[in-house]
Amino acid sequence: MEIPESELVVFLGASGSGKSTLLNILGGLDRASDGEAHFFGQALTEMSDGQLTQYRRHHVGFVFQFYNLMPSLTALENVELVTEIADDPLDPAEALGLVGLGKRQDHFPAELSGGEQQRVAIARAIAKRPTVLFCDEPTGALDSVTGRQVLRVLQDINRDLATSIMVITHAAATAEMAHRVIEMSDGQIREMRVNPTRKSADEIVW
Amino acid sequence: MSPLDRKLLRDLWRMRGQAFAISLVVAVGVMLLVMMNGIVNTLDETRQTYYDRYRLADVFAPVKRAPDHVLQDIAKIDGVGAVEGRVIGGALIDIESMAVPVRAMAVSLPDFGAPILNDVYLAAGRKISPRRRDEILLLKGFADAHGLAPGDTISATLNGSRRRFDIVGLAQSPEFIYATAPGEIMPDDRRFAVIWMSEEALAAAYDVDGAFNQALIDVARGVENKSVLTAVDRILQPYGGTGAYDLDDQFSNRFVVEEINQQRMSSYITPPVFLAVAAFLLYIVVSRLIEAERIQIGLLKAFGYTSAEVGWHYLKFILAIAIVGTMMGCGLGIWSGRAMAASFQQYYKFPFLVFAADPSVFLTAILISMSSATAGGLIVLRRVFALMPAEAMRPPAPDDFSKSASVIKTLKGVLDQPTRMIVRRLLRQPRRALAAIIGIAAGMSLSVGTLGIMAGFEDSFNLSFTVVDRSDATVIFIEPLGDKTIYELKREPGVFEVEPFRSVPVVLKHGVKSHRGEISGLIEAPQLNRALDADLNPIAMHGGGIVLGAPLAKILSVSTGDTLVVEVREGRRPVFEVPVTGIAETLLGAPAYMDLEALNRAMKEPNRVSGAHLTIDEAQSAAIYERLKDMPGVAGVALREDVRKAFRRIMDSGAGAMRFIMAILAAIITFGIVYNSARIAFAERAHDLASLRVIGFTRNEAAYVLLGELALLTFLALPLGYLMGVGLAEAMAEGFSTDLYQIPANVGLESFGTAMVAVLVASVLSGWLVKRDIDRLDLVSALKSRE
Repeated sequence: MEIPESELVVFLGASGSGKSTLLNILGGLDRASDGEAHFFGQALTEMSDGQLTQYRRHHVGFVFQFYNLMPSLTALENVELVTEIADDPLDPAEALGLVGLGKRQDHFPAELSGGEQQRVAIARAIAKRPTVLFCDEPTGALDSVTGRQVLRVLQDINRDLATSIMVITHAAATAEMAHRVIEMSDGQIREMRVNPTRKSADEIVW
Repeated sequence: MSPLDRKLLRDLWRMRGQAFAISLVVAVGVMLLVMMNGIVNTLDETRQTYYDRYRLADVFAPVKRAPDHVLQDIAKIDGVGAVEGRVIGGALIDIESMAVPVRAMAVSLPDFGAPILNDVYLAAGRKISPRRRDEILLLKGFADAHGLAPGDTISATLNGSRRRFDIVGLAQSPEFIYATAPGEIMPDDRRFAVIWMSEEALAAAYDVDGAFNQALIDVARGVENKSVLTAVDRILQPYGGTGAYDLDDQFSNRFVVEEINQQRMSSYITPPVFLAVAAFLLYIVVSRLIEAERIQIGLLKAFGYTSAEVGWHYLKFILAIAIVGTMMGCGLGIWSGRAMAASFQQYYKFPFLVFAADPSVFLTAILISMSSATAGGLIVLRRVFALMPAEAMRPPAPDDFSKSASVIKTLKGVLDQPTRMIVRRLLRQPRRALAAIIGIAAGMSLSVGTLGIMAGFEDSFNLSFTVVDRSDATVIFIEPLGDKTIYELKREPGVFEVEPFRSVPVVLKHGVKSHRGEISGLIEAPQLNRALDADLNPIAMHGGGIVLGAPLAKILSVSTGDTLVVEVREGRRPVFEVPVTGIAETLLGAPAYMDLEALNRAMKEPNRVSGAHLTIDEAQSAAIYERLKDMPGVAGVALREDVRKAFRRIMDSGAGAMRFIMAILAAIITFGIVYNSARIAFAERAHDLASLRVIGFTRNEAAYVLLGELALLTFLALPLGYLMGVGLAEAMAEGFSTDLYQIPANVGLESFGTAMVAVLVASVLSGWLVKRDIDRLDLVSALKSRE
C-alpha cells in the first residue's frame, strides 16, 4: 500500500484493531515485529535508533489524544521545545496564530481548555514544517464543537502547508473529510478507499 | 534560555521541598567531610606554626645539675642547631578557693633577652623586668580559671620555701598546649599552673646557681633525633642526666599529636560513611524521580530529541540538586570547621588558630556527590532510553500481582482489603521495597553508630570513676617515699583506707620497638584503684612479671612469655629485664602493671611508694586536706571529684562536641531519607490513591494504603538499621581509638532505642506532611494525568 504526498488520510477501526501500532511504526516511535515500512524510499523498519531520531526530528509531527503538553511550559514554550531542534521551523508565535491561539501564548496548559491544549499540540507539531503529521485520536478527548475546530485546523494545514496528515479515529464521520480512508481490524488493513467527494470539517456531524 | 532549561527551572521550583531535602542530605555528608578535614588541618597547621614561631625545642634533656659550660659540649654535637639551659622545678600554689594546694611547674626565662628556645606568648601584661625575683608570668588558662590578672599576687612554695609573687603577665607556651599535672591524664586549668620567672631567682631557689637542670636542644633539619639523644645522654650522664627525650615523648606534644591523629583517623572513616549513605539516597531518589518522568522522556524523544539531549537535560536536573547540596555542605563545613576548631582551644591552649583547609577535600566532595548523582541518573536513563518512545509514553503495564496471590489468599481472612494492598505491593516490587528498607536502615545506622560511640565514651567515663577508681582522693609524693608514710596516712583521723601505689617512669624496649610510659606497681588485690580488663575482671599479676594492656603489647609487638627490657627514668635509673606474664584487654589507655613488691625489688628500692589512694570521712575532708598540704614530701592531692569534673569538661568539648554534631547530622540524614521515601511513594501512587478516593475510600483509608506501606517498610528497616549501626559503631570506634586510647563502642538498647525514636519521629513527621497532600488530592486532575 502506498500513500501519496500531501494527502489527509484517516485510519478507522475499533479499539485494538492495530491502528495506533501502525501509526507508531510509521512515525518512528515503535518498531515493527514483521513487515516493512518506507518513507520516500527509505526503509523505516531498518533504521537505527539514531536514524529514527533524526527522522522524527526533521520529518514528523505528532498530535496525541491527551495533548501531552509539558505542564511546566507555556503554550509558546511548548512550541519552542520543537522549533529549537528543527532545521527550518515556523516562528512559534506564528504557529500558534495558525491554530487561532495567538493571544493565549503565555498561558500554561493548566490555564487552557482541552480544545485549546490540543490546538497548542497541533501548533507544536506543525511548527517544524513536518512532511507528515501523525494524529492519534486528536478529537478523542474533546466535545463535538471543539473537536470540529481541531479538525478544521488540521484541514487548513493540509491545504495551506501541503502537509501530509494521518489521523487515527474511531469516529467514522471524520472519514468524510479525508482524501483517503483506511479501515483496519485485527491488525490487518481491510479496506482502502479514495474519497470521491470530501466534506469540509464544518459539515461533519457526529 | 532554551525551553528545556526553562522546564528544568520550573520543575525544580515545583519540587523545591523534595529537592531541598535531597540537597540537605548531600550537604550534611559534604559538611562533615569538609568540617572534619578543616579541623584536622587547622589543628595541625596551628600546632606547626605555633611551634615554629615560638621556637619549641626538639629535644628535652633533664639533668640533676649541670654547670653552664656543659652546654658548649652539647652544642658541638653533630646536628645540634641551638642549645639552651634552663631551670625547672615543681611548685605548689595556694589558692584560697581550693581545698588542696595547686601543683605547678616553675620554668626559668633568661634574665636578659628572649629565650633561644621555648619562647612564651604573652597574652596579657608585660614581660618580667630583668633581675626582678618577685615577678612572674602565669599560665593564662590557670589565671583565667581563678580570675587572676596582672597586678594580682599569689603565694607559692618553691623547694620548700613559701613566697609571694607579683603576676606581671599571663603567658602561653607551645610546650604547655596540653597542660596537665605530672601523673595525670586530663588537663584541668584549675589544678595545674605554670609560672615563668627570672632564671637567677629560680636557680637560687633550687640551688643550681651557675648551672641548669634541663637542656633544650634544637636539632637541625634532616638529622635523626636518636643520634642526638644518645650523644646528649652521654654528656649529661656524669651530672645526673635522667634521659633526654624528643618531642614524640614530650607530654603536651604527644597528646596533641595523638588527638589530631585521632581526629584524622575519624575524618577518614566517618564522613565517607555519611557520604555513602547520602549517595545511596541520591541514587534511589534520582532513579525514582526519572522513572516518574518516563512519559515526558518519551514525548521529548518523539519530538526528535536525541537520547544524549534528553539525558543531559535530566542530568542537569540532578546535578543542580547535587551542586546546591555540595555548595551548602562546603559552606557549612568551612563555617562549622572554624567554629569547632575554636572549641578545641578549650583544652588546647593555642593563642591563635591558623585556619587551613585542604583544597583537595572540596574536589573530593564535589566528585563524590556529582558522580553518585550521575550514576543514579544514568542507570535509570539507560533503562528508559532502551524503550521505544511509544512504549515510554504508555504508562507502565499494570503490575502483575498474580505471584503474590497465594500468599495473599492465606492472609485473606486475617487482613482487610487495604492491608492486603500494602502487602501485595511490597511482594510485587521486592527490589524497590528492599532499596527503601536499606535506605532507611542506612540513615538509622548513622544514628545508631554515633549514639553507640557517645555511649561508649560515657561508659568508659562512668566505669573509670565508679568501678575502676573508687577512692576519694589520691596523694602524690614529690619522690618515692618509704612506706612508713603510708602508716602515717593511715593514722590520720578521718582517713578510712589507704592503698599505696608506685608509678615509675620508664622506657619499655623489645627489640627495636620501644615505648615511653610508666609502670604501675599495685598491691595485691587492690580495692580503691583497680586494674580491670574490658570485662571488668581484676587483672591478675603473675609473680614478678609485667602485664601489658593489649594496645601496648601491639606497639611493642610482644606476647606472653617474651621478655622486655625496662629502662627506668628516675632515681638511679636502673635497667632490668622482666617477663611478660599477661596481656589484658583494658578499658582505657595502654597500661603496664607489675606487682608493687616485685617492681620495688627490680628497682632495688624496697618498700617505696609514689603515692596512695584514700577513702576519707567526707565530714572531715577540709581538715584532712589542710594537714596533707603541710605533710613533708607531698607533691599534691587530686580529689576524685575534681578529676571527674575535668574529665567531663574535656569529654564534652572538642571531640565530644564533634560526636554530638555527628549525631545531629545523622538525624538530619535519617529524616531526609524517610521524608524522600514518603514523597516519592506519594508521587508514584497519587493516581492510584485518587482512584481509591473516587470509588469511595475515605481520606484516611486512602492515606492508610500509602502510609501503612511506609510504616511497614520503616519497621522492617529498624532491625537492619540496628545491625548496620553496630558495624558502623565498631568501625568508628576503631577510628576514634588510638595507640593509647581504646574507645569501646556500646550499641546497647539505649542507642538502639534513641535511634529508633529518631526514625519513628522522622516517619511520623514525613507521614503527616504527605498526608496533607493526600487530603488535598485533586481527584479529577489526578485521574486525568494518565490514561
